[in-house]
Parts: sequence; C-alpha cells; structure tokens
Amino acid sequence: MNPVALTAKMGMADAGIAAVLGYAVVFVGLILLMAVVILMGKAMAGTRKQAEAPAPTAAAPAAPAAPTGTPAPGSAGEVKLFDVPDKEAAILMAIVADKMGKPLNELRFKSIKEVK
Amino acid sequence: MDILQTLSKLVSDSGFAGFFASGGWKYLVMILIACVLLYLGIGKKFEPLLLVGIAFGALLTNIPGAGLYHMGMWDAYVNECAYDAANDAALIEVTDEGTRLLTVEEYLSTLPQGAKEPNIVEHLSFTDVAHFGGLLDILYIGVKAGIYPCLIFIGIGAMTDFGPLIARPSSLLLGAAAQLGVFLAMFGAMLLGFTGPEAGSIGIIGGADGPTAILTTSKLAPHLLGPIAIAAYSYMALIPMIQKPLMRLLTTEKERKVKMEQARTVSKVEKIVFPILVSVFVILLIPSTAPLIGCLMFGNLLRETGVTERLSDTAQNALMNIVTLFLGISVGATTVATRFLTFQTIAIVVLGVIAFMFSTIGGLLVGKLMYVLSGGKVNPLIGSAGVSAVPMAARVSQQVGQEADPSNFLLMHAMGPNVAGVIGSAIAAGFLIAVFG
Repeated sequence: MNPVALTAKMGMADAGIAAVLGYAVVFVGLILLMAVVILMGKAMAGTRKQAEAPAPTAAAPAAPAAPTGTPAPGSAGEVKLFDVPDKEAAILMAIVADKMGKPLNELRFKSIKEVK
Repeated sequence: MDILQTLSKLVSDSGFAGFFASGGWKYLVMILIACVLLYLGIGKKFEPLLLVGIAFGALLTNIPGAGLYHMGMWDAYVNECAYDAANDAALIEVTDEGTRLLTVEEYLSTLPQGAKEPNIVEHLSFTDVAHFGGLLDILYIGVKAGIYPCLIFIGIGAMTDFGPLIARPSSLLLGAAAQLGVFLAMFGAMLLGFTGPEAGSIGIIGGADGPTAILTTSKLAPHLLGPIAIAAYSYMALIPMIQKPLMRLLTTEKERKVKMEQARTVSKVEKIVFPILVSVFVILLIPSTAPLIGCLMFGNLLRETGVTERLSDTAQNALMNIVTLFLGISVGATTVATRFLTFQTIAIVVLGVIAFMFSTIGGLLVGKLMYVLSGGKVNPLIGSAGVSAVPMAARVSQQVGQEADPSNFLLMHAMGPNVAGVIGSAIAAGFLIAVFG
C-alpha cells in the first residue's frame, strides 16, 4: 500500500489491505486491552486476599451466631443483597415474578446487587 | 425614492427569489427532506435529541439568503486556499483528478456576470470565520476543531458503567468483532470510487457511534459530514429493525435460550483504576485515539471517583445537553442542497446500512464462536451488542433473548460488549485518522 496515494482513489488490492489491516489493528488492540484488564482483575483480587488474610484470626472469637429462624413456607435459601434495601429487593422480586407469570415461591433469587 | 425599484430590489433580495434561481429547486427539496427528518425525530422518536437539531440545522441552511452557514468558506478553510467573502467561494477548481488551487487572476476570470465585487481573504483562520461567517459557521467551529464530539464523549463516559466489561474482559473480543462493518463498508466505498479518507468516514458509520463518526468525518472528509451524520443517527434509531432479523437468522433457538452465569462483583477500586489504565494503554498503542478515549475515560473517572459528583452530574446532563444542541444544529447546517443532493449521498445511505448489518454479523459470529469454545456458556446474542449504540444494542439482545425464554435476562451480560464497542469504534476511528488523516 503506497501511503502517498492514500488520499487518491485506491485500487481493489490496496483497499482490501487497508480494510484487513484496520480490522486486525482493532482486534489486536482490544485483545491486548483484554489482557491488561485481566491482569488488573488478578492484581486486585490478590490485594483483596492479602488484606482479608489476617482478619479471620482476629475476628474468629467475635463471629456472630448463624441465624436460627426458620424460612417462610415455600421459600428456599437466602437472597444475598448488595447495597439494596430489603424493601427494594422485595419490589424487584415481585416485578420479576409478575413479568415471568410465575408465583414468587417458585422462583429462586440468589443475589441482588445495585449496578453502579 | 423610486418605489418600483425599491420593491424590485426587495423581491430580488428575498429568499423566495432564490428558489427560482438556477438550481434553486434543490433548496426546496432539501427543506422537504429536513421536514421529513423533523417528522422522524418528533413523530417517530428516531434519536430525537440529535435528529431534531440536525433537521432544523438542515432547514435553516437551505433557506436561500439566510447566510447562516457558508459552504465556500469551509471549503477554503479545509483546502487552505484563498476565499472570496463577497461571493462565498473558495479559490479552487474541482476536477476528476482532484482539487486544484486557483490564483486570484484565474478566479477573477471565472467570475460570472452579476457577481458581487470580490473580497479576497488569503488565509482563513477561525477569527476570519467569526468575522465573515454566520451564526451556524461560528457554532460549526466546535465541530471542525473536534471539540463537540469530545465533550459528548466526556458525558458518555460519565454515564457509562464499565463494570460488566471489567467483570468479563472477553467482552472486548465482541466489541472488536462488531467493527467488521466499518472496514467492509470502507472497502465497498473504495470500490465505488470514494477516496481513502472518504471511504474511512463512510465506514465508521458501522461503529454505530455518532460522535465518533462526526469527529472522524470532520477530520477526514468534512464535505460528507451532513449525510454521514444523518445516516449514522438514523440507523442508530433503526437498530432494533436492523439487528433483530439478523440475530434470529444467525442463531439457533438453543443458543438464544442460553442463560449466562452471573458475573463477579467489581470493586470500586477496579472501577477507578480502569479509566486510568485504559487511557494510558490505548493512547500509547494508538495515539490518534487520544481525544476520544481520553475524554471518554475522563468522564468515566469523574463518575467512579465518588468525590466529583457535581462534575459528573454536569457532564451527564448540562454539558451533554448544551453540546448536543450545538452539535446537532451545526452538523445539520452542512447539508447544503448543492452538496447533499448527489449520488454520493445515496451511496453513503446504502453503505451505511451495509456497515451496520455487517457489524452486527461480526459480533454475532464471534459470539457463536465463544458459545462453542465456552461449552455453551455464552449466549451469542450478546455479540450483536458489540456495536456501540449504548444501551440500545444491549436492549435488543435482551429482547431477543427473552423472546426465546422469558426468564432469560441478558441485559447486563450484553452491556459488556456494548461498552467494549465504544472503545472498539474509537480505536477504529483512531486507525482511520492515523492512516488517512
């Protein structure tokens, strides 16, 4: 591909090379970025583990007792809530059940988290 | 006072007289096209925030005598040649071989009978634009200098949650795959006789990212800005109609029913580090992406830091709205009848839809590949969201997935490829600007 001729009309071969090269550059760029993001995730996970490691020995004696209450009839397990108040979680579960046309006690919600 | 002469002058100076001048019918056609675009924006709600502005800009610029936008001045600015401010003409001659600069003597010899006394300006600067230009010329400086698209990217960054992408980095592959249409349309445009910069500008419509398309075109082929912006925003509004048939055609019922596992929780620190990391890495890789990626990630950083809420709020709302207003009307102003009503516009409209379709196909095919490689854990429908129209493309993935299984919620899984598409189209634009700019 002759760079001098880029602003002029291009032949089929040059046009094909430019298109393939461009697509390849986008792919390579995003694959490299993917590797960087994966590395960042691993580094963060490693840092988190290190920060959490001494916590169990210090906190072990003060660990709260597991809840002993029996679940409501028809319910199964617990739903984990991340930054979502109980009331909003109940509304969300009701909406999902309504949309799916199924009774709430036939559905199982594992967790609800707010996407920030 | 000669009443008849005064009335005659008033009539000949009015805009209505312009419709009866040579080629004046084209302005009427453009006013009708502007009205159709206004109907699509207002009545059909096709990307109304931008399309209404673009359509009204098109309406204003095609009213003869209004003098709000001067095409000749921008031709002179782009070609770095002298400009006749009295007759709004750049001192250039366009031939089949390309553009040739004219000397003042050559230009004066080509002036038709009845033309105004020339007022030649040797080298135009933005100060001259402010002096000789109309209101829309002055607003258009923001497009020409590449300011508006970048400011919009700050707003987009402030509105975007990159969490799904950080949680599932393989989404970036889908964002890359969905740039297929950009380069296929570019190839097609070159075969149709467009120059490299023009073809690149047409191809970027397939990135489904309005500000990126406007920035790329304003740098590479500003004379095509009007039709390219209109095509890009119109097709973005038509995404459900373009994508859904292709998604149903290219995926099986079994694939569409795949329920994806919930992605991991992303920590706040990761979300803060991400925009910094991406800015440094991508800009080092392809420096010409700096304006787009830099602004996108700056906006995102404002959102994620948690200490710049006021700035994030301004970027998402006030700034975004003001810039959208200026961008729409000034881009619309470039649709001058003599430039818009050409074979090129028809070719751009056709190539634009081809670009959108192949971008969708590219995303779906790599989505299917990931479905196979993951042992059926990835729903290929999220691949089509790799075109960057956020969040419409992700919503289409959700809708088609729910058609197959009402209990399937793909939205958050599709948001990963969707925001990856924004980065992908910015890289594609960076490549095109680096090669053809």
